[in-house]
Amino acid sequence: MTIDWSWIGDHTDDLTTLTLSHLQAALSAVFFGLLISLPLAVVAHRIRPLRGLLLGLSNVLFTIPSIAVFVLLLPVSGLTRTTTVIGLTIYTLVVLLRNTVEGLDSVPAKTKEAAKAMGTRPFRTLLTVELPLALPVIMAGVRIATVMSISLVSVATYIGDGGLGQLFTDGFQRNYPTPVIVGVALTLLLALVADALLVALQYVLTPWTHRKQRAA
Amino acid sequence: MIQFDAVHKRFPNGTTAVHDLSLEMPEGGVTVLVGSSGCGKTTTLRMVNRMVDPTSGTIRVGGRDVLEQDAAELRRSIGYVIQQSGLFPHRTVLDNIATVPLLLGWGRRKARARAAELLETVGLTAEAGKRYPHQLSGGQQQRVGVARALAADPPVLLMDEPFGAVDPVVRSQLQDELIRLQKELSKTIVFVTHDIDEAVRLGDRIAIFRTGGHLVQCAAPAELLARPADDFVADFLGAERGLKLLSLTTLADVPRGPAPEGGTWKLVLDEARRPQAWRTEGAEIPVRPLRDTDSLLAALNESIASPTGFVARVDADGALTGVTSRAEIHEHAGEAHSSHSTAGAAI
Repeated sequence: MTIDWSWIGDHTDDLTTLTLSHLQAALSAVFFGLLISLPLAVVAHRIRPLRGLLLGLSNVLFTIPSIAVFVLLLPVSGLTRTTTVIGLTIYTLVVLLRNTVEGLDSVPAKTKEAAKAMGTRPFRTLLTVELPLALPVIMAGVRIATVMSISLVSVATYIGDGGLGQLFTDGFQRNYPTPVIVGVALTLLLALVADALLVALQYVLTPWTHRKQRAA
Repeated sequence: MIQFDAVHKRFPNGTTAVHDLSLEMPEGGVTVLVGSSGCGKTTTLRMVNRMVDPTSGTIRVGGRDVLEQDAAELRRSIGYVIQQSGLFPHRTVLDNIATVPLLLGWGRRKARARAAELLETVGLTAEAGKRYPHQLSGGQQQRVGVARALAADPPVLLMDEPFGAVDPVVRSQLQDELIRLQKELSKTIVFVTHDIDEAVRLGDRIAIFRTGGHLVQCAAPAELLARPADDFVADFLGAERGLKLLSLTTLADVPRGPAPEGGTWKLVLDEARRPQAWRTEGAEIPVRPLRDTDSLLAALNESIASPTGFVARVDADGALTGVTSRAEIHEHAGEAHSSHSTAGAAI
């Protein structure tokens, strides 16, 4: 299995377009996943009986095979980017919802109590105390969801989308390994870079977690 | 002033935390609530800023019924210091202190300026303001907790076992600081503790609670120590009740005389007439001179440690003003006791 380097040179524009399209699909999924998970997680955190229901539901959705999800969505949104993003979003929910609920659970009762006693109203406490303190756990979920989405985008090739995944079908159909290898390499690279950027983002957003303890 | 009028608190699980409590906490004074755990002292404190609402009865702060006020706004007008400080781990010390001013809409700049001022008030450096709470020692965190409670200059301060989690040396320092601050600020303070010594030291009035939420006695420390209402209070005050009373009386009124010339032991002074030691042939025992602001308890202790039974008395500069004998101190100790008892009986 050899790589045809000239093919890469001839297709840089296509590769750039596919990589950006791939990234856009994955990031949209994480974005909408967070948009749905945050309010649901707050509900699941505050109303105990709903917690099991919502977490269970996200687990069930996760067990549906990805191709089946796309097929089921076809009558709704057709062969479009929307179908890809909806499908991927459903898969991000399982980690994002669970991690956000656990992040909110991890906020010390004493801290919430202090916020209340200082005269902070519940919604402001959520925004300025609970979510910031839950951030490390939420970010762990965002990292998993991002890497997972980047690897899943390729499945959408079946509905004519799929970003870098199109390189796999192209390579298989022509029994020509170069596009497949390049597709795998670019997907991996994308996942690594995205993960590294998220680690950096978390570092910037949570300065209190990495200041060393100093002697009094 | 804070007034409790026939306040009752029953929790949903059926336990009565506070039973028919009527109590007045005077303006500008420290009221200490003491009792063993589960006696309702913390619930009582938390009802003042509506962290807990009473089942029946009324609570007034500055004449206004707390239940008729918006809970969040009421809480912003009352300082609150929690055990183990309860600081926000994700905010710098400065931003922690600025919490209530920001909620009141002062704006970031003004709130931070006020916070910086308070750092100094509670004895912390400006540099500490940039740190996060976990970078400070327990005692420093507790100071930040006090600064945060004082930030919006509330007339009332609630302190729930604020010094419970620090070691005895630091606790004693924090108590001294609170006494100093209170002299300057004259806040109406409600202070919860299970430590009777802390209560005697800090309280203008002490309210003793018994399990089941019953208030047993509320009085000034000296009156409480001299005339406990019943065996429960006497037990709670402990076996050293008499000595604790002596800790509340100063040496100021106890007469002094010239240092003895005759005996085997001589009081050695330096060139500024500051007592150095008791000296005899081949032996020297260190002396701990006392000022008029020191307590009778300290004097009694020193008179026992002194080889002559005399206590060296000094002025503010540490120069000798005279000595007082053990017998004289004993006599005044007895007088202090009976005067507190009779003063109480006259009411």
